[in-house]
Amino acid sequence: MTEDSAQAIPEPVGDDATGWTAAVRRRVEKTLPISELLPTTQPSYVGSWVYVFGVVTIAALFWVVLSGVVLAFFGSAWWHVSSLGHFFNSIHFWSVQMFFIFMVLHLWGQYWGAGWRDGRAKTWMVGVVIFAVSVGTAFTGYVVQQNFDSQWIAINAKDAINATGFGGLFNALNFGQMYGLHVMLFPIGVTLLVVLHIIQVRAKGVVRPIDDPMQVAP
Amino acid sequence: MKTSKVDKKTYYRSVRMIPYDLLKEVTIALVGVLGLVLVLSAVLSSPDVPSVTLQTWSKADPVDFLTTASGELAGTTVVASYGPPYNSGSGSVQTWGPLAPQQWAGVHVPINAPNDFVLQPLTQATAGDSQLALALATYNTASGDQQQKWLANYTTGLGTATVAADGGVNVPAGDYGPVTVLMDRMLTLARSGGLDALLLTSDHFYQTDFSRPLLFLIDGGYIATLAEQQKLIGSDWGVMNETGRYPGQAWLWLYTMWYQIPPFTSHTGFLGISSANTDLAVVGVMLLLTALLLLVPFIPGLRDIPRWIPIHKLIWRRHYADMRRRAATGVQKA
Repeated sequence: MTEDSAQAIPEPVGDDATGWTAAVRRRVEKTLPISELLPTTQPSYVGSWVYVFGVVTIAALFWVVLSGVVLAFFGSAWWHVSSLGHFFNSIHFWSVQMFFIFMVLHLWGQYWGAGWRDGRAKTWMVGVVIFAVSVGTAFTGYVVQQNFDSQWIAINAKDAINATGFGGLFNALNFGQMYGLHVMLFPIGVTLLVVLHIIQVRAKGVVRPIDDPMQVAP
Repeated sequence: MKTSKVDKKTYYRSVRMIPYDLLKEVTIALVGVLGLVLVLSAVLSSPDVPSVTLQTWSKADPVDFLTTASGELAGTTVVASYGPPYNSGSGSVQTWGPLAPQQWAGVHVPINAPNDFVLQPLTQATAGDSQLALALATYNTASGDQQQKWLANYTTGLGTATVAADGGVNVPAGDYGPVTVLMDRMLTLARSGGLDALLLTSDHFYQTDFSRPLLFLIDGGYIATLAEQQKLIGSDWGVMNETGRYPGQAWLWLYTMWYQIPPFTSHTGFLGISSANTDLAVVGVMLLLTALLLLVPFIPGLRDIPRWIPIHKLIWRRHYADMRRRAATGVQKA
């Protein structure tokens, strides 16, 4: 090795590294260090039943997705002809019911605790969007069941969708379109939004109780 | 310093921190919810009432089926004059003042009721049926007035029709022209299950769009009768309900509620909202309410309600009790 080539060996990349990757890494490390992503302590005021609804909503979503994956794997008609398939459909059905119940309780809990305070408005707004997208996800699920409920819900819902001018773009009578949306785009959307919501909560921390003024350095 | 700008360490200053095991909490939640879901699934199962087919409809209520089929051919059904996105009619077009999004969007799922529901399926079924081919030719070459006269007579005849033991429909003699043969074949096709397939036929091998059979079904009265038996019609909050004693889409309760009250149910209406544009108005109201929910943090009044109605005292009751206790004992904040 020549003296010149030895001098060409670059120095280890430090905190002053430049470039897109380094910028993103610094942003991630600043926004959500691993100690905040996987915390081992929490404020004492979090010890309330109302905080349970957030985590059980996520747990219900996990089982919704998992049971949905099984149903999608065996095909849309499987659960009509198989008792095991029907059982998995029941798991999917009740997971969805639990998901919505817990999500609404979580929403009300956050409303009455004014969870948007102290710079958490975006966290609240993402939560509302999750609720809206979840309603759309559930709707597409109801119209792809391939039974009487699917038929009746689709032919009634079409009038409201058509009235808005979106009937051609979002056709509830088109099984193929609804199935694609239900097993692919909507679940990905809900999951990504929930991940974003969790990151927001972990990054900002849990909002302090109302009328519990914080001590902030001037 | 704005509280939205402080870091988490500063924000939590003076707050007592307690041990917390996130992964343990998540695991317990997963196991607990799974247990609850498994019990509900095992005990209550889930609804699965079989779908209605054109075959089951034509066998269960052949007169209603023929009334619908002849109505499609005459162009007098709801779908035949629906409007966008199905056709250029105006029968089901909703507007609110100058707002006419349905009209603006135009036709994107084209449905020609006489052709798509009756003439095209019958044409595809003419192989080996010279009587049907002749009836179609006679019908297609007749004037529009003549066609409507035959269909009007046939519809009148259906009013006193009887169902034979073999499931056929006996219509009293009259001047029906080729319509008798056309409707006879429609019923035969439907009862054999062939019409279910023919309404799905397109230029492609794979079929996943059920727009045509579903629109044909809803033009009849049979599926609505079944829905009424299951308490699924609109006045029974049908949009959010489902068959059996299951919870359905309970999260749509607010959306469904508007369909039960004036002015959405009113014929005279209020501020341009009436039963003539219920769907458009309800969707508009729900979009507005969703926007309000989204923007709660920025709306004075709405964002202050949690302070005015102190449910937070219940949520954080242990924390407030702790604060009072610390204050009483003179414990200083860290």
